[in-house]
Amino acid sequence: MKVNLETLERITHLARLEWDPDRADAMLEDMNRFLEYARVLDQAPTEGVAPLVYMNENGLPPREDRVIAETNHEEALMNAPSKDSDYFRVPKVLKKSGG
Amino acid sequence: MMNDVITKYELVVGLEVHAQLRTQSKAFCSDSTDFGALPNTLLSPISMGHPGTLPRFNGQVLEYGILLGLAMNCKIREYNEFARKNYFYADLPKGYQITQHLTPLAYGGYLDLECEEGKNRRVGITRIHMEEDAGKSIHDQDPLDTLVDLNRCGVPLLEIVSEPDLRTAREAYLYLQEIRRLVRYLEICDGNMEEGSLRCDANISVRPVGSTEFGAKVEVKNMNSMRHVQKAIEYEYQRQCEAVERGERIVSETRSFDPQAQNTFALRSKEAANDYRYFPEPDLPPILVTPSVIEGIQSKMPPLPAALMAQFTQELGLSAYDAGVLCDQKELALWFLTLISGTNHTKQAANWTMGPVKTWLNARALPISDLPISAVSLAQLINAVQEGKLSHHQAVQQVWPAWLEQPNRNLQELLKDLGLEGGTVEDDLPALVQEVLASMPAKVQEYRDGKKGLLALFMGEIMKRTGGRAQPARASALLQEALN
Repeated sequence: MKVNLETLERITHLARLEWDPDRADAMLEDMNRFLEYARVLDQAPTEGVAPLVYMNENGLPPREDRVIAETNHEEALMNAPSKDSDYFRVPKVLKKSGG
Repeated sequence: MMNDVITKYELVVGLEVHAQLRTQSKAFCSDSTDFGALPNTLLSPISMGHPGTLPRFNGQVLEYGILLGLAMNCKIREYNEFARKNYFYADLPKGYQITQHLTPLAYGGYLDLECEEGKNRRVGITRIHMEEDAGKSIHDQDPLDTLVDLNRCGVPLLEIVSEPDLRTAREAYLYLQEIRRLVRYLEICDGNMEEGSLRCDANISVRPVGSTEFGAKVEVKNMNSMRHVQKAIEYEYQRQCEAVERGERIVSETRSFDPQAQNTFALRSKEAANDYRYFPEPDLPPILVTPSVIEGIQSKMPPLPAALMAQFTQELGLSAYDAGVLCDQKELALWFLTLISGTNHTKQAANWTMGPVKTWLNARALPISDLPISAVSLAQLINAVQEGKLSHHQAVQQVWPAWLEQPNRNLQELLKDLGLEGGTVEDDLPALVQEVLASMPAKVQEYRDGKKGLLALFMGEIMKRTGGRAQPARASALLQEALN
């Protein structure tokens, strides 16, 4: 698999990354080099081997259902770039259109 | 014209229902799940998605999920993974939702709906999985910005996905109603659609009658009552039928229901097609559910509405309507079971429950647990009426209101106070019949000459003399015996 310009555009859009179109060639070359480097893993014989997802297969110890207040309202809003006394404020994204 | 068009197409609906769980704390951290708290007060670094935090799974979520899975006849998966569903939205501060993707906790179940009396529809349940809720975005309160409240971030949900088995808007309504009743019986979700603790998205398509392939489906969101779901489906059915009839292609898209206009409109965002890039959640090891855990939860299963409905109709001989009213709420159904453990007069017990009892509760908007008179006490009153100690009318009009005023009195005292303690009249009834007839010889002769309507007059006299306590059927039989 090779990363092409279309893939690059898709990935950067999904990650919400801005990038300089003039640097596209250099970025593509880098990304393909990363993939090439990892491709050595393809040599490992994995035929008939179930994918290993978790190193620890012992299962998850659950937490008790108990409320602990860790943060208050002021702390929660402290680092927000835009806020009022109650809410985080963000630019509008949803628009109603006809149909 | 519309009816002609609609009969040519079959409606196909599958529902995705999100049930917000009634846990104390959130799914992956210890914040409170209180509904209606001031905005952005129930937060922690975990629910705000701060770097370096790790989720800690709430075991109650698993238990509730297994409970609902079993109640909906699902298989329960022993090896469960969580997955990340990645997307950017302001009310999802982590940038991903923790959900289950390839290994839903419960799968392959079904729910039976009683669509018409005695006619069941079986709706397949594809899967039930655990996930966390996002925060709330408020779009209409500020002209410039969207306001974000993160209190709901991380509140546990069960998503219940049905097969595309529903064929009418009414069936979809009944399906939702049944899910709501079930989660309330299980006490895992308060089932309130208006408050958003039960939410529903509908996948709706149409196809020519007889076709086995599915048409392009439209997903409708933003319906916050069961009525809205029904309306939105009815509207989409008509819209899609008309579009297909005009030769248009149905676009697979997401639409939103507009409750004012009672229609749906397309939601468009600048976003390209969704690509959630699911992958196993690395911060949470798999959850292993052993058969003994499942058995333990099964043993906590309360009586379920379907089983109670069957018991009430088949064993107790109540009508489907009566059984439906009594089973609507678990507390009422269990109260009724206690009531009939004290009396054999099941139909009278049902009438009392649906009549005087519910009237009193409804007028005060109280649950059955707040009724001051116990089921055992009411059973005594029902028995007293059936034994002829007092009339039904007296029981409802005099004893019941007086008892509600003084719920600690016992029935005997109360009857005495009300002058109703005369004891049973049934023993004296044959003699009384003779007495009444002897007092009206002329009327008796008229009756014997063919004026059969006079029976009502004799009955009236008997009721008058017994203060309405005589059993009407027995009194009537004794009268006719004496007259003929």
